[in-house]
Amino acid sequence: MAGILLEMKNITKTFPGVKALDNVNLKVKKGEIHALVGENGAGKSTLMNVLSGIYPYGSYEGDIIYDGEICKFSRIKDSEGKGIVIIHQELALVPEMTIGENMYLGNEQGKRAAIDWNRTYGEADKYLKQVGLAESSRTQIKDIGVGKQQLVEIAKALAKNARLLILDEPTSSLNEADSQALLELLLGFRRQGMTSIIISHKLNEIAYVADKITVIRDGSTIETLDKEEDSFTEDRIIRGMVGRELTDRFPKREQKNIGDAALEVKNWTVHHQVYTDRKVVDNVSMYVRKGEVLGVSGLMGAGRTELAMSIFGRSYGNDISGQLYINGREVELQNVREAIDHRVAYVTEDRKDNGLILSNPIRVNTTLANLQGVSSHGVIDRDKEISVAEEYRIKLKTKCPSVEQNVGNLSGGNQQKVLLAKWMFAEPDVLILDEPTRGIDVGAKYEIYCIINDLVAAGKSVIMISSELPEVLGMSDRIYVMNEGKIVGELDSKEATQENIMGCILKSGKGE
Amino acid sequence: MEKAKVSAFLKKYTMVIVLIIVTLFFTWKTGGRMLLPQNVNNLISQNAYVFILATGMLLCILTGGNIDLSVGSVVCIVGAVGATCMVNLNMNIFVSILIMLVTGLVVGIWQGFWIAYRRIPPFIVTLAGMLMFRGLSNIVLDGYTIAPMPDNYLMLFNSYIIDFFRGERLNTTCLLAGVLAVVIFVANTLRGRRAKVKKGYAVTSAGSDIIKCAVIGLVIVLFTWRLAQYKGIPNILLWIIIIVLIYGYITSKTTVGRHLYAIGGNEKAAQLSGINTNKVYFLAYANMGLLAAVAGMVTIARLSSASPTAGDGYEMDAIGSCFIGGASAYGGSGTIPGVIIGATLMGVINLGMSIMGVDANWQKVVKGVVLLAAVIFDVESKKRAK
Repeated sequence: MAGILLEMKNITKTFPGVKALDNVNLKVKKGEIHALVGENGAGKSTLMNVLSGIYPYGSYEGDIIYDGEICKFSRIKDSEGKGIVIIHQELALVPEMTIGENMYLGNEQGKRAAIDWNRTYGEADKYLKQVGLAESSRTQIKDIGVGKQQLVEIAKALAKNARLLILDEPTSSLNEADSQALLELLLGFRRQGMTSIIISHKLNEIAYVADKITVIRDGSTIETLDKEEDSFTEDRIIRGMVGRELTDRFPKREQKNIGDAALEVKNWTVHHQVYTDRKVVDNVSMYVRKGEVLGVSGLMGAGRTELAMSIFGRSYGNDISGQLYINGREVELQNVREAIDHRVAYVTEDRKDNGLILSNPIRVNTTLANLQGVSSHGVIDRDKEISVAEEYRIKLKTKCPSVEQNVGNLSGGNQQKVLLAKWMFAEPDVLILDEPTRGIDVGAKYEIYCIINDLVAAGKSVIMISSELPEVLGMSDRIYVMNEGKIVGELDSKEATQENIMGCILKSGKGE
Repeated sequence: MEKAKVSAFLKKYTMVIVLIIVTLFFTWKTGGRMLLPQNVNNLISQNAYVFILATGMLLCILTGGNIDLSVGSVVCIVGAVGATCMVNLNMNIFVSILIMLVTGLVVGIWQGFWIAYRRIPPFIVTLAGMLMFRGLSNIVLDGYTIAPMPDNYLMLFNSYIIDFFRGERLNTTCLLAGVLAVVIFVANTLRGRRAKVKKGYAVTSAGSDIIKCAVIGLVIVLFTWRLAQYKGIPNILLWIIIIVLIYGYITSKTTVGRHLYAIGGNEKAAQLSGINTNKVYFLAYANMGLLAAVAGMVTIARLSSASPTAGDGYEMDAIGSCFIGGASAYGGSGTIPGVIIGATLMGVINLGMSIMGVDANWQKVVKGVVLLAAVIFDVESKKRAK
């Protein structure tokens, strides 16, 4: 067998307050397909960013040994110069440019300032043939489908003389046939001696193509499975991914008092905002009861956020159809204002981009969704506003010098509390929490779980969307599992386990 | 005071300090002519349009650094329409004023519609407006200048508030108004402070409040004293004060004002908080049209004529004042008092250089440098804060 192409030794990467990677080790042999699996947030992408130089040498601990020498990449160009090329999950192509232009973007062919278009397109066509894409390199990117765009990305990587190809969720936006073709292409590359690292949630695909599987969990390498020694069954992989013990990281609720349905949707279908012929939520029927924590589980891109936002005053999606009932009465929520007026709140997963105004103080953020609560006839009562902000600061134990502190200066956990405060002050009956504990530390997580428990104890309904299975299992009374826009399972908290949630997802994936 | 407090104070009042230094500099360079009563008076009457336009421009800039390039042309067309009504058609001046305001508002609604509800970039819409309304004014005026304006119209803007006490060399009413303003300001500060203490909220240190009151009080008294030595309070100053007070109130105390800041701070978050972002954009630009109309009225009164080139470059004065006055180029921050400081600074630099006899081209260079420096300062200080 050939030797080791890449070795990442004891990689540790810390962000302020979080240890994203803790002594991670990865060995990749020449000519193999090495899969990297783990839950969302386990550290796979961080590891690849370290490798490609996005996090430059010096910002992490440990060594990258590539081709027998220690590498000190300070930017992406450095790693690409060595033939390490990453293809990211979100395609980085310019729609208005041709395939050829995209392939050589930042790597233009020609002398000095003048681009040699003949060479560009000639070379591009050669690589396109290699990936089996029957398009002219002069075609514009916007005129070809996502599957073909993915192939262009790979051709682009080849054009950079890739020796180690890293694919981050390459099939997440592809349909079954395109995915299969892509996997075959990778197997073909392997026969020619190319080394690849593939990151994917689709375990069936990984089991099909990979020679080795490294499992990452909570920033550490758990194990590396070898095709020749271990069996690559999905159950075996899942056990590695989720096999952590559940201790009492979740506060107990004293007594449950679950009432009638507070919010219900029937036959809810939502089309993609941009690609309007794609269904992102497909005929979903679901309900949440008063005093209930409803967990919504699923992989990234399963359509959970789209479902929540489309319910929340049609703030996402196109051509939304289906019925929405609040307290048993059918309603139409045309915009966010109407949703808030019907006492529905949506706490966004992306607190920085969609949730908070970072440049404004806590006071302003707290009252933003319910300004009329602190004003009369359109004039804000500053004193009342301050007292409201103070009240929630104390109630949620937000750590800050004062409510005049800009939210941008707070830690992630405290920002999340301000975001929760904002929506609690809007006095909703149904709260949709989208990834409420993403990127915050364990202590703050516990406090947020306590807040959730208080809310349902007060008779409110909480819909909690989360990619962290332990959290869903630990907090929910009932769990829906979503995959590819559909609800593929409904589990009671008593019967739910990590294995059968993953099972629901995999079964539905195979059913296609 | 500790070091941190001093630097925080300096940062908050940078532009005020710069304004004072620049004023002193020009006073020194012009041998005191800068602060002659007549020049203080000119500072107001020459820059009235800047104050008015910059107030409206701030609302547009708050929504996300969006500017309105059309205001100079809107000033021109409003002036053209007004002059046609008053001079050519001999209409009543109050009816004409109403027509002018409606003209401006219609222009604002037109542009606001495309910007807010069709999401055409403001830069494009107002650039188109800049061309269209300049052309239309030429058509309305048929290429000629209409002059002079009726006397009773000019009276509204160009005359002075009469002195009830008939002082010999000093306009006593003017001085009294200044003293009254100081008393109101100090009383207001005290009242706000007492209310805060009573409710147990944090207050700024007594020292900084006293300094603030003393400096502002002194400036107001000196300012009105100078005006009193000339002809008293110019009517136009009242117009400016009313507009500034109204918009200062809207931006700092009302929900509409809060929405403007929220959209500039994070439009997506504002939208997901139930704010009708389209409506806010629309209001900002419709209002800009209205204030451009007021500026148009002021402009034809000052020149006593409406010409096809009136208002040329006014948009740049307004935009410049906002940015010099601390409005963020990305939106979401900036205040009316800041904009007033910015506009005054521009005015002082203009006037100072004119008195010194600096070449008009060099004046432009200096103004450009000041604008760039102010925005660089803003961007850099924000970077450091991160």
